[in-house]
Amino acid sequence: MSATRHEPRARGRLAALLAPPLLWLVLAYLGSLAVLLLSAFWTTDPFTSDVVHTWTTDNFRDILTTPVYRTVALRTLGIAVAVTLLDALLALPMAFFMARVAAGRLRRALLVAVLTPLWAGYLVKAYAWRVMLGEHGIINAALAPLGLHGPGYGTAAVVLVLAYLWLPYMILPVHAALERLPAHQLEASADLGAGTVRTLRSVVAPAVRPALLAGSVFTFSLSLGDYLTVQIVGGRTQLLGNVIASQVTLDLPLAAALSAVPVALVVCYLAAVRRAGALDSL
Amino acid sequence: MRNANPWKAAVAAGVLLLAVACGSGGGTDGGGAAERKNVGKGEGRVDIIAWAGYAEDGSNDPKADWVHPFEKQTGCKVNTKTAGTSDEMVSLMKTGQYDTVSASGDATLRLIAAGDVAPVNTRLVPNYRDIFSGLKMRPFNSKDGKMYGIPHGRGANLLMYRTDKVSPAPDSWKAVFDGAAKYAGKVTAYDSPIYIADAALYLMKTRPALGIKDPYALDRTQLDAAVALLKKQRQQIGEYWSDYQKEVTAFKGGDSVVGTTWQVIANTAAAEKAPVKAVLPEEGATGWSDTWMVSAKAAHPNCAYKWLDWIVSPKVNAQVAEYFGEAPANAKACEETAAPRHCAVYHADDEAYYRRVHFWTTPVPQCLDGRRNVKCTDYAEWTRAWTEIKG
Repeated sequence: MSATRHEPRARGRLAALLAPPLLWLVLAYLGSLAVLLLSAFWTTDPFTSDVVHTWTTDNFRDILTTPVYRTVALRTLGIAVAVTLLDALLALPMAFFMARVAAGRLRRALLVAVLTPLWAGYLVKAYAWRVMLGEHGIINAALAPLGLHGPGYGTAAVVLVLAYLWLPYMILPVHAALERLPAHQLEASADLGAGTVRTLRSVVAPAVRPALLAGSVFTFSLSLGDYLTVQIVGGRTQLLGNVIASQVTLDLPLAAALSAVPVALVVCYLAAVRRAGALDSL
Repeated sequence: MRNANPWKAAVAAGVLLLAVACGSGGGTDGGGAAERKNVGKGEGRVDIIAWAGYAEDGSNDPKADWVHPFEKQTGCKVNTKTAGTSDEMVSLMKTGQYDTVSASGDATLRLIAAGDVAPVNTRLVPNYRDIFSGLKMRPFNSKDGKMYGIPHGRGANLLMYRTDKVSPAPDSWKAVFDGAAKYAGKVTAYDSPIYIADAALYLMKTRPALGIKDPYALDRTQLDAAVALLKKQRQQIGEYWSDYQKEVTAFKGGDSVVGTTWQVIANTAAAEKAPVKAVLPEEGATGWSDTWMVSAKAAHPNCAYKWLDWIVSPKVNAQVAEYFGEAPANAKACEETAAPRHCAVYHADDEAYYRRVHFWTTPVPQCLDGRRNVKCTDYAEWTRAWTEIKG
């Protein structure tokens, strides 16, 4: 085979092709993370906020022993879980309709409707929600005739806006999985006498589960790291991202140690998702 | 190559990372930078960190534009980065990418101590001679007999309220502390550790037994009392603000009805037809005295000096002072203001008035009120306390 004859040259070319992206991955991408984690073991001069290169684990001890960090970490985790569940609930029927019911022009229009907001600026969308959720905003105006009052600014508003922001990341993988589901499997299920519920449980659910888990990795990890939405519509709440942001300017090592918390949470979540088998097809 | 030991590669990468990591911290040379001897030709550009309203180019209000005339006159293109808090200013200055900053007293000393700013040769800033003498060579803008910047102006943090929602009109900080429950969920406060001083100031007047003499010199017990007060206040807070536009919209939309503010915010909100009013409460207030400082690593020092002289020149200083709502630093600016009594209203040279205003200062372990027998809480402790207050 000619491939054997050209192997050294081909390998050289492959190495040249892969070297820049690998260098980028290791140095710029993983390297910056490593530097961040490394600086978590340093300390700062309390007055000038300059980093002092003395090796210490005090930052991690502080995080584990200070109650407020635990409260904030749990609140952040809770919000990320709530956002993920809300997105899953919204995405499933939506994706099912797009993939299996709607056809032709309607399907394309729906896909565009899901994708377009993705291209709009993050801040624009968050500020639009700030206006809508305000005291004299459209949400309160719409609920007023029913005698209800909107959530205002706070934790509920944060969950709502984050769920809105990350919804496409959930719809798209679920939609792709449902689209791939062969029609004859559904027909076979019906031929064998299964009702709608049974078909959903035994045929559709196993096909959708990996996609749902893959989508949840996005919604979960993006929610864990967010700190702007909560600044805009969070009222007086703070999340891990805000605590990190407020410390970055004054105590970089503590901020670095704090940022290990969401990293650890995401790693745990990925491990759980892997056990559930969602990453097998990667 | 195929059989190369992966461990070797990993170790090599690790060593490389360590080298990068250690190189990134850099060393501080503690104010080693010297002041300049002359101002040469402009470099064509100047990078500024400023409080909102200090470097207006007409985009917020077409009438407020002193950036374009400066660019035209000096050829220095102005790039402005607006900062919301002093902490943000300090961290931005650490990047070394900015030439000059309008630092308040709670940032200046930190910047000087870290060697991030250089002393300013005041002879190269002709307008410096007209600055009120009460602002020259103060502990927060000088060190070892050297000025570290050019004073810009000063003012107080005020109490703002919606005239249609808050009555009777408040004249005490009680409205946001002990009396805040009346406006539950509609109270706002400044989102920065330095806001602890506002609580300390209130305690200074209402609980003399605590013995607070200076809101920036708090021992452990006094800080704990302030923290307890702020935790109680948090129950009534709608949202905290550090972005001034956010506070404008909150008051405009009625999401906030009472809370701490700057005059510029009150002016902006009033210009947008929000029924708001700002007052200096009977307890006095915290406040700021700002100084334009020059980075020790300034890439455009000539343009920075030109900006310093421009921003405190009588006409421009008057414009900024009126737009922002503060007392100008230049005595001659008082003749240039559109409102003839601006300097009288803002007590520009009234040192007695400014004794009621406690200018932002960085809290340090050596008590600023002169106590020797106790250790005061420093800014790092205030920062941790602030995180705890927000919960």
